[in-house]
Amino acid sequence: MSEGTLYDKVWDRHKVTTLPTGQDQLFVGLHLIHEVTSPQAFGMLRERDLEVAYPELTHATVDHIVPTADQSRPYEEDAAEEMMAELEENVREAGIEFSDPTTGDQGIVHVIGPEQGLTQPGKTIVCGDSHTSTHGAFGALAFGIGTSQIRDVLATGTVAMEKQKVRKIQVDGELGEGVEAKDIILEIIRRLGTEGGVGYVYEYAGEAIESLGMEGRMSICNMSIEGGARAGYVNPDETTYEWLEETDYFQENPERFEELKPYWESIRSDEDAEYDDVVHIDANELEPVVTWGTTPGQGIGITDPIPEPESLPAEKQDTARRAQEHMRVEPGETMEGYNIDVAFLGSCTNARLPDLRRAARIVEGREVADDVRAMVVPGSQRVQKAAEEEGLKDTFEEAGFEWRNAGCSMCLGMNEDQLEGDEACASSSNRNFVGRQGSKDGRTVLMNPQMVATAAITGEVTDVRELPETEVTA
Amino acid sequence: MSDEVEIPEVDAVSGSGIPIRGNDIDTDQIIPARFMKVVTFDGLGEFAFFDLRFDDDDNQKDHPFNEDRYQDSSVMVVNSNFGCGSSREHAPQALMRWGIDAIIGESFAEIFAGNCLALGIPTVTADSETIEALQDWVDENPDGEIDIDVEAEEVTYGDETIDVTVDDAQRKALVEGVWDTTALMKSNAGAVRETARELPYVDDAAIPDAD
Repeated sequence: MSEGTLYDKVWDRHKVTTLPTGQDQLFVGLHLIHEVTSPQAFGMLRERDLEVAYPELTHATVDHIVPTADQSRPYEEDAAEEMMAELEENVREAGIEFSDPTTGDQGIVHVIGPEQGLTQPGKTIVCGDSHTSTHGAFGALAFGIGTSQIRDVLATGTVAMEKQKVRKIQVDGELGEGVEAKDIILEIIRRLGTEGGVGYVYEYAGEAIESLGMEGRMSICNMSIEGGARAGYVNPDETTYEWLEETDYFQENPERFEELKPYWESIRSDEDAEYDDVVHIDANELEPVVTWGTTPGQGIGITDPIPEPESLPAEKQDTARRAQEHMRVEPGETMEGYNIDVAFLGSCTNARLPDLRRAARIVEGREVADDVRAMVVPGSQRVQKAAEEEGLKDTFEEAGFEWRNAGCSMCLGMNEDQLEGDEACASSSNRNFVGRQGSKDGRTVLMNPQMVATAAITGEVTDVRELPETEVTA
Repeated sequence: MSDEVEIPEVDAVSGSGIPIRGNDIDTDQIIPARFMKVVTFDGLGEFAFFDLRFDDDDNQKDHPFNEDRYQDSSVMVVNSNFGCGSSREHAPQALMRWGIDAIIGESFAEIFAGNCLALGIPTVTADSETIEALQDWVDENPDGEIDIDVEAEEVTYGDETIDVTVDDAQRKALVEGVWDTTALMKSNAGAVRETARELPYVDDAAIPDAD
């Protein structure tokens, strides 16, 4: 068993008791809610005549179903309007703060928590959304929960959990040009598998992680769940503290920053911490990674050949064959030159300001290829505003991208932003599952934002490093 | 008080089987996101595996959930990493509302298994050969009874009894009828407040007064 890791320390500080099942009852420091997975939980509370126990530690936003074009109320789609109205009613009744679109603070739940300073090191953070692992970038213990667990958290401020093992993923070296945090996590999932992390929490460490800004760390922690790990984290450091100091919470309560810093320092993994497993990755060896299949683990370097299913472990062969049929790719070829119809820059993985900046640098002075539908969906209203102020919106629009309002959008196609028919999409999101982007015949190729921008320009999957006369940055 | 919810003990589940073959069957396959634009779980059963069951014109495709012989089945037999992807409880809710009471598989994604437990649905595991043999048997014996003894970690079908694994906490929760944890955890409200007070980041004003 692990000892002295951030995970162990945060767990111990939040453990209320051990339940008769052997699970621990953990106190929840921040409960984020959104419109898709919470209404049923509020319904269960009403059935049981229970109230929200810790409304001040709960925060709501709307992201999954929110339209990204016309956001005037009532929403054009009745189901979306109903879900929004239900959330409004629930938060009003319980006294929960709601970053709704009228506040200017709305956005994808995993973008707004860190923006507002709600996400902090050493907190336990839960949300009815598997990408809650994102918040681990700040040294929080953050994981997704189901709706019955949301009911538990609303009613008690706690969640029942079994303690997991800790795997340290040590990423040494330096990323090359055009290679990003996204490529690190896609490589980790490719190597360890989509179920390699089941039963584990991932600690990301090493100079390649430490040299990333908070946004890059969030991209990595975000996709922990795609590797089967319910949570992933990075130990807090000066980069973390610099981010926190700028957030609303600490701008409004500057004294809290100094008060809390010793706690943040104390929960860092010890130098001699013990891990259940350690994995090494060399960042120097990485190139931009793209997926060829229908799970996030089916990725390859942009210059690598698509694997023969027979060359894979027995249990992965059948999945690979079906994936290659769905994607219409041939083993032995690379993904370079794969035609795309749609380019999607968005999602809780890659729709923060630096993501959009890097992509904008690629599209500046260029044009989106004919027949490609390209869109940018900022992760939050704040990202959107900041990007507009520094001219990114103009850059994208001049190149032929659509510039939309904040939300989850085409990552999962719960609003009007969906693939049609068998369209292929170069996507900065996190899941390439069949049907994920709204069409069951749609084809998703996951990649980093610079690669999405490049694909939008050329109309096919293209190595960003081969695009002539452009500045690419790590 | 209506929070005294009756939680049944689930020490055994019996029923005929239904094989769902394939590794990495994700939550978007189990319940496509467009069916989640709802504020209750009612009626989700008919959308389980929807895109695998129906084509664009709503014609039935080959899928066990469409086959007459499996319409009364309640024990699903799956392969590895079943339920990977999102945390949507809509996935097990859809399966439960279709009629599934228990799932036997090679392995399950963690959040999915936790969501099943919260509904009292066992997710028991065995190695791939054992699972494939059981899937083949179900094919041959669609009306055949499968008995899952959660407490003894055994599954009996035909003349066979096989050892399966049930996660310790899951087994205790099911067998002792404490898989719905709300009332249990609420009964510790005092200790919860104490834990909260010890955390430097929790504002005292956010901690409720004693009931």
